[in-house]
Amino acid sequence: MNATKSENAFSFADTLNGENEFDSDEDDFESENEIEFENEIEFENETEFENENSGEPAPSFSTGKVKKKIIEVKDLDLWYGNNHALKNISIGIPKNKVFAFIGPSGCGKSTFLRTMNRMNDMISNCRIEGEIYIDNENIYAKETDVNDLRKRVGMVFQKANPFPMSIYDNVAYGPRIHGVSKKKIPGIVEESLKGAALWKEVKDRLKDSAFSLSGGQQQRLCIARTLAVKPEIILFDEPCSALDPISTRKIEELITKLKKEYTIIIVTHNMQQAARISDYTAFFLSGELVETGKTVHIFENPQDERTEGYITGRFG
Amino acid sequence: MSGQNQTPEKGKTEKNRTEKLMKRNTAYKKRQNLYQKIAFSLMRLAVVVTMAVLIIIIGDIILKGYPAISIGFLTQMPTNQMTEGGILPAIVGTIQLVILSLLVAVPLGIITAVYLAEYAADGKVKRIIEQAVNNLAGTPSVVFGLFGMALFVMYLGLPLSLLTASLTMGLLIMPVIIRTAQEALIAVPKEYREASAALGVTKWETIRRVILPSAFSGMITGIIISTGRAAGETAPILFTGAVFFYPRLPDSVFSPFMALSYHLFVMATESINIELTREIQYGTALVLLAIVFSMNLIAVGIRRHYKKKSFSSH
Repeated sequence: MNATKSENAFSFADTLNGENEFDSDEDDFESENEIEFENEIEFENETEFENENSGEPAPSFSTGKVKKKIIEVKDLDLWYGNNHALKNISIGIPKNKVFAFIGPSGCGKSTFLRTMNRMNDMISNCRIEGEIYIDNENIYAKETDVNDLRKRVGMVFQKANPFPMSIYDNVAYGPRIHGVSKKKIPGIVEESLKGAALWKEVKDRLKDSAFSLSGGQQQRLCIARTLAVKPEIILFDEPCSALDPISTRKIEELITKLKKEYTIIIVTHNMQQAARISDYTAFFLSGELVETGKTVHIFENPQDERTEGYITGRFG
Repeated sequence: MSGQNQTPEKGKTEKNRTEKLMKRNTAYKKRQNLYQKIAFSLMRLAVVVTMAVLIIIIGDIILKGYPAISIGFLTQMPTNQMTEGGILPAIVGTIQLVILSLLVAVPLGIITAVYLAEYAADGKVKRIIEQAVNNLAGTPSVVFGLFGMALFVMYLGLPLSLLTASLTMGLLIMPVIIRTAQEALIAVPKEYREASAALGVTKWETIRRVILPSAFSGMITGIIISTGRAAGETAPILFTGAVFFYPRLPDSVFSPFMALSYHLFVMATESINIELTREIQYGTALVLLAIVFSMNLIAVGIRRHYKKKSFSSH
């Protein structure tokens, strides 16, 4: 009796999801061509790293060699209670690149992502040892203000999580609280929505509830909300896992464009996605960092056989 | 279906089996349908009984109280030892009592709920506080009345007054407000907290700007329940400030006052001529009902307005 019941509920939810996706497909289709156009205006500076792609050595555990590492992680260990969730992780994240974390579920990649803006602080039985330097500043030092850190290191979540407010208020939320003068807020909102390739779709309905947007639009709204506090680094925690393919492609295009201004770290289950959009990839397995390097190297010529096994689909 | 290649006998047995299965199936279905019908009938009956009781009570009060209602009844002082005249001081007293006790209980209750839901670490202390709140919510109102008298009147030396009664009534309704507000806060999705924290927003700002507005409509529910209780409860004000006869409007919170609930109680049990004032009693009950009802309406209106504001164009 129970089993049937839950099955029914499940299929019902599936149907609902299906419908939603269909809806968002339509929405997104209409605005397809607008993205390209907008981003040309938005990002023009900082092209210096672009050309160095091939010459730059892959990030390695040795920290001294490579310049322009915006994040340096040294010997990071993390426990949830007695569960040793991250084991002795050291990694460098280069500036203005897309860095992908891949690995099977429960391998610690999301946990690791969350150490970088100290979202793990919100979990009571979480304990961390080791150091993470952002711009040569240890973010786990006592004098670090966690809210300042999170302003610099923005985060976009798996499930789009707009606030129950208007589209405008969602984007204005951060700057308002951080004391940006009232005059500047409309400009920031517009700029951020443009940055997230959403402006064209919502500019006539800024006062509407954020929940009136499709799933993909909501996720871009969350990106706009993050951009509005002007971070240097943006963490993406499986941002497309709840989205349909078209919305996913939009977010991917957006991420590729955002890296000109921001350093991007993305956790993804989708290896094609990692291959498509990232410059560097790190492979995690049971709390360990197995291998890291340029995405092309990781995917075409993995050094560790576990990496190879995962990438070729033998497990995970 | 595939009878041609098979022997007729085999076809027959198969047909029999199918028929049997179908029969069993229909019998099963019939039984299930019957059970369902019985269950639904019982539920309907329960609803009908509840509604009937409610309608009878309200109808009785309206029918018997309506003749007493007049402009004079609503706007005049009681006269002739309360057998004639109006009930204005009791109306005003009740409204003042409700507003003042909400002023006491809502801020305190919501602050307590925020502490319990957002700040207090899970553990023994929190469990003890929560259990205490639950127990307070179930404490008989007459105990609150006696406690109010002991604390505010005898210990702190406050006069028997509107203020003292409101403080006592505030204590009575606070547990319900705490519980409902806490539930409303807990129901706010975790995602909002995470999203806000990830923007570098402090916990307090997050609570103020996101959590409290989201929980607001749930909190109103507790306040609605409390409004009705504050207007209707008699025991807490019995010892703390409500009086039998005070044919003036209270000029300050330190003066005694009349309240509809207490007025009704006195008229129905202790007045000089209970039978003679029957109509006034029903009229008073009707006014009390109307006040509680309209206060609820206002609260529902606030809630709807607020919901619309945050979830517009859904």
